[in-house]
Amino acid sequence: MKAILMRRFLEQILVMFGREPKKPEAIGEEAQKIHLLKRTTNKEKLQAAAAHAEAHMSTSHKWRNRRWVTLALVNLFFVFSFHYDIQILEGALTASRFIGFHLIDLNAALQVMLAHRNIITNLLIGTFTVLVLWMLFGGRSFCSWVCPYHLLAEWAEKIHLWLVREKLVTDAPVDRRLRTVFWIVFAFLAVATGYTVYEAISPTGIVSRALIYGPGLALLWVLALLVFEVFFSRRAWCRYACPIGLTYGVVGILSPLRIKYSLENCYHEGNCRKVCLVPHVLDTVIKGRAVHTEVPIGPDCTRCGLCVDVCPTGSLTYDVKGLSKLL
Amino acid sequence: MSQDETPDTPPAPAGKAAKARPPLSRSRRQELRRKLLRTVLLTGGVVGAGLSGFLPLIYARKPRLRPPGALDEKDFLASCIKCGQCVQVCPVDAIKLADLVDGVGVGAPYIDARTQACDFSCDAVQCILACPTGSLTYTKPAFLDVRPGAPLAAKPILLAKENDPEPTLNLAERMGVARLTRPEMCLAIKGKGFKGPARGHTFRGKMRYMRIDRWKPVRIAEVRYEVAECDLCVRECPVKGAISIETVYAPDGSLRKSPVVHEPCVGCGVCEMICPTEPGSIEIVPREVWRT
Repeated sequence: MKAILMRRFLEQILVMFGREPKKPEAIGEEAQKIHLLKRTTNKEKLQAAAAHAEAHMSTSHKWRNRRWVTLALVNLFFVFSFHYDIQILEGALTASRFIGFHLIDLNAALQVMLAHRNIITNLLIGTFTVLVLWMLFGGRSFCSWVCPYHLLAEWAEKIHLWLVREKLVTDAPVDRRLRTVFWIVFAFLAVATGYTVYEAISPTGIVSRALIYGPGLALLWVLALLVFEVFFSRRAWCRYACPIGLTYGVVGILSPLRIKYSLENCYHEGNCRKVCLVPHVLDTVIKGRAVHTEVPIGPDCTRCGLCVDVCPTGSLTYDVKGLSKLL
Repeated sequence: MSQDETPDTPPAPAGKAAKARPPLSRSRRQELRRKLLRTVLLTGGVVGAGLSGFLPLIYARKPRLRPPGALDEKDFLASCIKCGQCVQVCPVDAIKLADLVDGVGVGAPYIDARTQACDFSCDAVQCILACPTGSLTYTKPAFLDVRPGAPLAAKPILLAKENDPEPTLNLAERMGVARLTRPEMCLAIKGKGFKGPARGHTFRGKMRYMRIDRWKPVRIAEVRYEVAECDLCVRECPVKGAISIETVYAPDGSLRKSPVVHEPCVGCGVCEMICPTEPGSIEIVPREVWRT
């Protein structure tokens, strides 16, 4: 034991018998350095750093949990409504009726309109209702808060990221312009062939129908997509392929509900970009990129809230345009 | 993520492109080439998967019997949004959704009449009412062709509500036509009777029997028949005047009894479901039109 510590050891025994503790006569060199540092550093900064470190330690899953519960409830509502014949929400995600009101998925409606070229009133009403609904609630919120494939892909993503950490696979990113190409290709195919070609491979429709009407062979296609995402390319379907995502993305352009970034407290550590499905929307968090003190995140954002959960400084928050001013 | 972490190359001003852009390193070039290759492969994969939906069409599979009021096959597949609302309203669960083997028809509704026919026990063709896109429709849009023989001469009268103020079904075109496909098996032609449940004790099909319950379909397995000469197809046909037992000339010139299908047949498939021979003697030819 060091001499300094030995001296303290003996002194402490005397303290036990009643002596008051005294200021030490000698202090070790290393400890002196830290004491000096503590005397010279701004106390608030130090506390802030400590608080920040603490915030990193405590992982919140608040929004993720809320989202998973919502997604499960919406999809199970379809299932139970049919199985127990409650007749409140009839149909599947492609088209349904909620207490009699038609709701029709925008991309499915588009495919039908292009392929069939005949739009009946119910189709129009249902499409318009859903259009207004998702304009209010943030367009691609449909993806992360409702689409059942999104949830499966999220779990597959966890496996993928684990495999990447273990260096068993590497993520193979693909050109994001592909999704726009697919959107055009499938719209063109619907017009040219007169069949809703995309609906045959839409994992959203397939999984939704499988949940409600029972599983089928079509799930094999979904499984193949998940395998591809686990072993080859992270979240490939949602990122590079799904035309539904692009359709809802366009709907969300003018949506008042979005994630807001505020520059002031951000440390630019980039954790948000690591968890994000669409990290290109978070380019504004990179050091030196924010164009304003508060920047709304773009329309391709699915409003999933993973970045809100992971941000230790609260720089990313849900925001309803105009509402915060009102309150 | 790596594609997003790389620093942006600012867009080169027009005319000075060569000057503004530094040459790419070899590894970066390689990475870009790989990414392009992957992109092309994924494009091919997904478009290929999408087009593979046409394979069953090319192989011209056996046509499906579609629910009542369905548009002609091509228009039907174009307009069906694959939501299954028709499945949900059907009181006898006659409507199923097609699986992967149906290609572009994945998720589109069909009826397997031998397993469970549409018996109109909903009284009002509710599947048509439920359809959000007009794939199943009371009135065909004017721009679509009408195949000769597909329209019914008159609105079919539903025997179950023959005495109601409105006895007809709102159905303009037939789903198909019943045909005696295996006359050599038909008990009526053989002059044989039938005893017991029509399709055995384990058959899961349901039907509305007016004599048992006006509103609730019951399992066919629970109903015992005892007939001296089999006429189950005629007895259970839900549509007035669609089928009867007649005395006809056999191919050899002799006279014999036989079920004969008439013009009001809508192709619902109840005769196919109830026929007690195995396999059934009478079947629906899906999409068939009435030929005189």
